[in-house]
Amino acid sequence: MAEFEPKIVAFVCNWCTYAGADLTGTSRIKYASNVRIVRFPCTGRIDYMLLVKAFDEGADGIIVSGCHPNDCHYTSGNFHARRRWIMFRSLCDFIGIDIRRIKFSWVSAAEGAKWADIVNSTVAAIRELGPYEEYQKVAKKPVKEVING
Amino acid sequence: MDELIKRAKELLEAGTVKVVIGYENGSADKTRALFAIEPKDADKLIFDSRCVMNLATYITKAEVKGKGKMAITATLPVMRAIIQLASEFQVNDSNLLVLGITPESKMIEFKDLAEVEAFVHKYTIEIEAKYSEKLEKLDKMTPSERWSFWIEELSPCFKCYACRAACPMCYCHKCTVEFNQPQWIPVPSHDLGNLEWHMMRAIHLAGRCIDCDACYNACPLGIPLNLLTKRMLIDAKEHFGGYQPSIKADHLMSTYKPDDKDNFIM
Amino acid sequence: MKSDRRLVRKGSLEKLFEVLKGDNRQVYAPFSRNGRTSYRKIEKFSDIATDYIQTTQSSKEVSFPRTEKILDYSKNADGMSVKGIEPDQIPQIMLWGIRPCDAMGIGELSSIFNWDYKDEIYNNRLSKVTVLGFSCSKTDEYCFCTSVGGNPGNTEGSDILFTQLGGNGDYLAEILTEKGEKVIALSPELFEAAGDIEKEKFLADVPVKFSHKEIYGKLEKFFDSEEWVGQSLRCIGCGACAYVCPTCACFDIQDDSHGKLGSRVRCWDSCGFSLFTLHTSGHNPRNVQSARWRQRIMHKFSYMPERLSVYGCTGCGRCSRACPADMNILEHLTSIKEAAL
Repeated sequence: MAEFEPKIVAFVCNWCTYAGADLTGTSRIKYASNVRIVRFPCTGRIDYMLLVKAFDEGADGIIVSGCHPNDCHYTSGNFHARRRWIMFRSLCDFIGIDIRRIKFSWVSAAEGAKWADIVNSTVAAIRELGPYEEYQKVAKKPVKEVING
Repeated sequence: MDELIKRAKELLEAGTVKVVIGYENGSADKTRALFAIEPKDADKLIFDSRCVMNLATYITKAEVKGKGKMAITATLPVMRAIIQLASEFQVNDSNLLVLGITPESKMIEFKDLAEVEAFVHKYTIEIEAKYSEKLEKLDKMTPSERWSFWIEELSPCFKCYACRAACPMCYCHKCTVEFNQPQWIPVPSHDLGNLEWHMMRAIHLAGRCIDCDACYNACPLGIPLNLLTKRMLIDAKEHFGGYQPSIKADHLMSTYKPDDKDNFIM
Repeated sequence: MKSDRRLVRKGSLEKLFEVLKGDNRQVYAPFSRNGRTSYRKIEKFSDIATDYIQTTQSSKEVSFPRTEKILDYSKNADGMSVKGIEPDQIPQIMLWGIRPCDAMGIGELSSIFNWDYKDEIYNNRLSKVTVLGFSCSKTDEYCFCTSVGGNPGNTEGSDILFTQLGGNGDYLAEILTEKGEKVIALSPELFEAAGDIEKEKFLADVPVKFSHKEIYGKLEKFFDSEEWVGQSLRCIGCGACAYVCPTCACFDIQDDSHGKLGSRVRCWDSCGFSLFTLHTSGHNPRNVQSARWRQRIMHKFSYMPERLSVYGCTGCGRCSRACPADMNILEHLTSIKEAAL
């Protein structure tokens, strides 16, 4: 059987982490190719439900990343985001979603190497955890027959 | 509650308010909302320990609001809901008069919502011991056990949205669950649809839920969905110093502090 | 067909349950959880709830599930491929322990699903259901089956109707249909000869609250009444009443899609929801709760009798019991009966 290749979805802000990831590339730093990047104007614009949707569609892990505190292009978007992450992460944990599969980070436009590290360490961690079958069982289960009870 | 009936009649007779929202006897020893429009309707007003429905859910209902200025019989949870709604610009002094009922069952008529707020702030929102125990039990489980617990508990949910309808804070004309471009939450009632609906509801109530248990009391299937919002309340306390509805202060989830603490961002 | 009357010993019920469970059949029976009773697949006889006057949910899910796949689709190089549901995928169901009002409700629900278009999926499901009804010996203030053509020992809709003879007694079994006879054939020794039994003696007493003329006749002229506004003021607009109702049939069609694969799903909807009638243009013909409440009552007590010759109500009282705002249908019907025109 082929080795499990984790599917990672990264939600990143345009101004810092996306630029940082770009720098990783232009600096020719090699890193795991398991990540699909989704670019947002700001971490403050990332709806909680998008993270849940990523799991629905088969993600094994998620990275959410933006500007360091005090560096937000819009001054405070990342501060707002941090508050929401604190609450959302706790809710996920309470529901029983495996929060080891959701990584949050601050990566600036100058931190190409940090981005590579974040992706590599996330991929390694998810590889260790295996596919997120528990969630997939619920997400992809055919509609139950007759009565849910 | 003769005092309440007398005051309600005066208010309606004088035309100070157009409708008094209170409780009346319902079927099978239940109580229910009463909308007194004529002074004589006020004779049916009651108040006792069975009156737990959160009447604040009606003050944003177009058909009730449309009658004109409202007066409302408000217990502490109802008052809390009113203050949260006022902070979200859903009610104000010109359309609502509060006839408060203290935890000691005394009536207080408030001059304005600022007075209601001052009264509300005398009490902190505390999670009842029976719920703390349940929450602790859940905290001790492994994530997988909690996952199974919730999938199982939510599985009877047939999405009648009684939780949403009974909740004073769920006043949106169009709820996230009804948006289909994109479709955020699967509409059908199945494990995923139920899970996402209840997660979304809990997170949208974070920093707004006043812990009145209206959602749980309304659920025809007895699903303990108020545990989710209680968890959010506890987290708000732990991370942001607690939550108390207030008319002017910033909302817990639409504000921030530069030194908010987290222990998970890399 | 004339009903065949037999006696089933109390102790034989469990044996009957075990027989029914086998051979590619599923038994659905009342099950209690969180203090509420619903029907679900039961494996153990002792799991069947007995201590209830009426179950919280009706048994309509055996033929009209809350969420039901109607087809699967996939996108491929040649376009789309669609696969329907094969009737033999639908299980044989023994519906155990439903009340006579629910059994009568099956006919009412079927009349909607066979009005102009014959709903194949619904009919397929229903054809595989055998209804084992149990008469009522208890009632509460919400019941009003006798006002809408039913009664606590009504045989309509059941394949076999069991009536317990006294608090802890044996059961009279009335075998009413061929499906019922097939059940007997599985285990004939459990069905003994019954002597003369006066069944009515053991039934609950449900007083008649209104007549057909008093409601149906009144509603014809009641459309524009102000009564609807007053009644619906405390309605909070959820769908609890519709979802526990044995005859509410409104549904929505949704696509549950994941990438190139997906299913088309039929799921419950309710006329009580404010967006139920919202048009794409933004116009909403029932834009206030009073119009939606009126629709609920008119549909059940005026439109259905007019078009389908049946009520859309069995008098089970579930909507009143489940309502978080205590909308009591019997009370509202009574006030319609008494209202001046």
